[in-house]
This record gives sequence, C-alpha cells and structure tokens, in this order.
Amino acid sequence: MTATERLYEPTADALPSLAGGPRRRPGLGRAVGLIVPAVLALGWEAAVATGWGDGRLLPPPSRVLATLYALYASGDLVTHVLATLWRVGAGFLCGVLAGTLLGALTGYLTVARRLFDPTLQALRSIPSIAWVPLFILWFGIFETSKVILIAVGVFFPIYLALSGAIMDVDRKLVEVGRMFRLSGPQLVWRVLLPATLPSYVLALRAGLGLGWMFVVAAEFMGASEGLGFLLVDGQMTGNPATILAAILGFAVLGKITDGLLAAASRPLLRWQDGFKTEA
Amino acid sequence: MLTVENLSKRYPNGLLALSGIELRVRPGEILGVVGGSGCGKSTLLRVLSGLEPPTAGRVTLNGTDIASPREEIGFVFQEPRLMPWLSIRDNVAFGIRHLPKTEQTARVDEALQRVGLADFARCWPRELSGGMAQRAALARALVGRPSVLLLDEPFSALDALTRYDLQDHLLELWSYERPTMVLVTHDIEEALVLSDRVVVMQPGPGRIQTVATPALPRPRERTDPLFEDWKHRLLGELSRSFRDHRRGEEAFPAAAI
Repeated sequence: MTATERLYEPTADALPSLAGGPRRRPGLGRAVGLIVPAVLALGWEAAVATGWGDGRLLPPPSRVLATLYALYASGDLVTHVLATLWRVGAGFLCGVLAGTLLGALTGYLTVARRLFDPTLQALRSIPSIAWVPLFILWFGIFETSKVILIAVGVFFPIYLALSGAIMDVDRKLVEVGRMFRLSGPQLVWRVLLPATLPSYVLALRAGLGLGWMFVVAAEFMGASEGLGFLLVDGQMTGNPATILAAILGFAVLGKITDGLLAAASRPLLRWQDGFKTEA
Repeated sequence: MLTVENLSKRYPNGLLALSGIELRVRPGEILGVVGGSGCGKSTLLRVLSGLEPPTAGRVTLNGTDIASPREEIGFVFQEPRLMPWLSIRDNVAFGIRHLPKTEQTARVDEALQRVGLADFARCWPRELSGGMAQRAALARALVGRPSVLLLDEPFSALDALTRYDLQDHLLELWSYERPTMVLVTHDIEEALVLSDRVVVMQPGPGRIQTVATPALPRPRERTDPLFEDWKHRLLGELSRSFRDHRRGEEAFPAAAI
C-alpha cells in the first residue's frame, strides 16, 4: 500500500443509500459496561457496612479507594504505575517486533516455516514462568530479565496469529498482485499486510493482555517497585486493601491500554465487512 | 499477434489439462473460448497470462515469449477480486502505481467514467453490487491500457440482465483502445454476442475441437434467426465434444465450420 492508497470512508454523496450511516439508539451506550462493576462494588460495600461481609480479608471498595488515594498522595502510586508501565511497554515492544518478524517470515517463506516453526511451537508449550530462574541467572534480577519475560509472553500470540493469517490470505488476491507484477516486498506491503491486519490487531490486543499478566510474574522476581511489587508488599504486610488496590490498578491500566490500541487500529479496519463492528 | 504453438499443460498432480493447442489471435480481435467444465479453458487463459508456465510449447506476444505476467496483458477474473481494504479508486489504480501521480489520477478518472463508477470512487468494494464490482475490475484491468485483455468467465456469477448490460458495456470499452481480447465463457450466447471467432474446446485433455467464425452482423441481436442458427451449431459442437470425450475417442483435428 503506498502513501496515496488511502483508506477512504464512503461519503454521503458517493453513496446516497448509506447517507448518515447507522443510527445510534439513545441510551447509556458504552457506559452500560460500568453497571456490573458498580453493582458489585456497591453490593460489597453495603454487605460490609451491614455486617454481612467480612471487611478484614476482603476490604470494601471505600477502603480500597482510600488506600489508592494514600498511595497517590505519597507519590508511591505514580512510581509503581510508571515502573509497571515501562516494563509492559518495553516487553510489549520487544515481543511485538520479534513476533511480527518471525511471524511474517514463517508465514511468507515455506523454508523459514520449516526451519523455525517446530522449534518455536516446542518453546511455546513451555510454561513461561519456567524461564524465570534461567532469566535471572542469565540477565540478573533487574529490569532486563523482567522485560524479556514479558516479551516472551507477548511474542507467541503475535507470532502464531500473523504466521497463520499470512498463510490464510486469499490466494485469489495474491494472484491479482502477481498479475500486476508486484515484487515480493511489494506483495507483502500492498496485499499481505493489509489482508492480515484484522488478525494482527486482535493478536496485538491478546499479546498486550498477556503482557499485563506476565508483568506480575516478572515483578514477583525481586522488584522494589511496580504494581506487582505492591501485591507482594500487601501480602507481606497482611494488608489486603493494598493487594486489591494493585489489582484494581492492573485492571484499569489493562483496560485503558487495550482501549487505546483498539482505538488506534479502528481507522485502519473500517473497510471490514463484519457482522458487527465493535470497539 | 498473440500466438500459441503446440501448447500442453500438465499439473504437478499429473493431470494433463491442455494438449497440442495451436492458436493465432490477431491484434484487436475478440476470441471467444467455450467448452464444458474441465476442458482447460481457464488453464489456457492462465498460461496465456503468464500466471502458469506451459509444460510444452510456446506462447508469444508479438514474437516475445510470455513466461510471466506482463504489463501489456490485462486479466479480468471470474470474481471481481477487488482489494477489500482499498477504495474503488485505489483498486482501479492498483496496477499503475509506477506512473506519475497526475497520470494515475487522469487515467483512473477516465476509467471510472467509462465504466460508470465515477460517483462511487470513494466507496469500499463491499458497498458495490456484483455487477458494479465487476465493472470496477474491468476498469482496473483496462487502466494500464493493455494490448491484450484476458477475461475468465467475467460475468458468469451475475444475473442475466446485468450480464447482458455488461456484455454491451464490454464492447463499448473495447471500442476505445481495441485491445485483443480472449474471453473464456461457458455461455454460448455470450461468446456469439462478443466474439469475432469462437473456439470450442474438448475435455480430457483440453484440446481445440473447432474454431468457428460466426458470420453475424454487429451489433448482434440474440433474437436474430441467424444468431439462433449459430447458437445451435455451436451447441451441437459442444454436445459432440462431450460425446466424443465419453466414448474416449481420439482427438478430432481442429477444423473450421
């Protein structure tokens, strides 16, 4: 796809039947997704307040929020969040680069697939946590081993999805590319890449989700800051509110980063003719 | 001149799809190729396009061997095969990205105008009907101004009315640059409406049974008794090709009717 091959949206004058697009129904819209967590939180708060629930082991939302605020006020929350974000960001980037490169290579070139895929599939079946002792021995206990562990988690869904998606690209579209005498790199850029974009975006989101899971394991291996550290700290000090505050932090950050990724990819996928288009 | 000499094609699975094909297509001629399923029509077109190499024999365009797809050869597939992520305009421009931007724009505008899709340039392929999408595919094939246009049952998936409309439209498009056209179809009427000569192919392996030159005035009317007469002649040839195939008889030499 060259710079001039922009992805256009149909305009009302170009296709009158589509003028205005689908109408939105009035209502809560996306806010409807807040109903379940809000009801659960309020229910638990009420249960503890009326003595029905045990607030010691599972503190009510008000106490969790108070803990979060205290962490924020002391500046610790920002430190922990930034440390975790940096690790996830760096690990995600490394995992995406490696997964994309090897996925594209094994999807496009049969010889590369025969060479690398069996080994990578074997490595995939190893629980990633099993790498931790080795990574600590190889890369030490500081940032490098943590970032690499996260990258391993991110790598596999992206590698698998991209490699499979390239092999599944409609042969007939590839043939059109051949008829117009596209070179190998041109075929990848103008046909294979856009055709695999929907699967790739899904794989990025799945990889990011795994990145957030693996950062916890990474921060369990001797971190002094980060939300994972906060989890361990809460356990050591017998403070479940701190643990829940860290868990809430993971949930919010995971949702925000996934939402950003989905929003960034949405303009590139408007051409899709799916049953439903949903963010 | 598009020339096919003693062409044979055997697929890696051992199937002999074409055997001993001899053809000469004159510049600007419209050659129809008809035959039942499995008689090698599409294989012939794919070899002519350079998408498939011949097992034996030669395909040449103005004396040069066709070993791979070339700029002078356009191809319209059975399905539109538009890139779903590109607008109709970008789909039409797909094969001429090497040209200067101003020329690209001028050519695409002209092609879209000619196929009647100027108002739909910014639409996605999914927003077009089957007939409109096939017109976009025609525009994409013609925008590079090929001297040879190969069409592989381009209207077979469309309803009869749209098919008739597009057949007329194809003749109109041909009249601008007058490229050599080879049209593969299983529809005898379509072949008679469009073609200067009609090749009837025989299956098992694919060979030429007959090359007919319908003596019909243009524009051709389906209701013309002479048209009906030619249709019956070609139908007879097709029936004979299948009869011969079933009996496992030796190939009939190509003969003019």
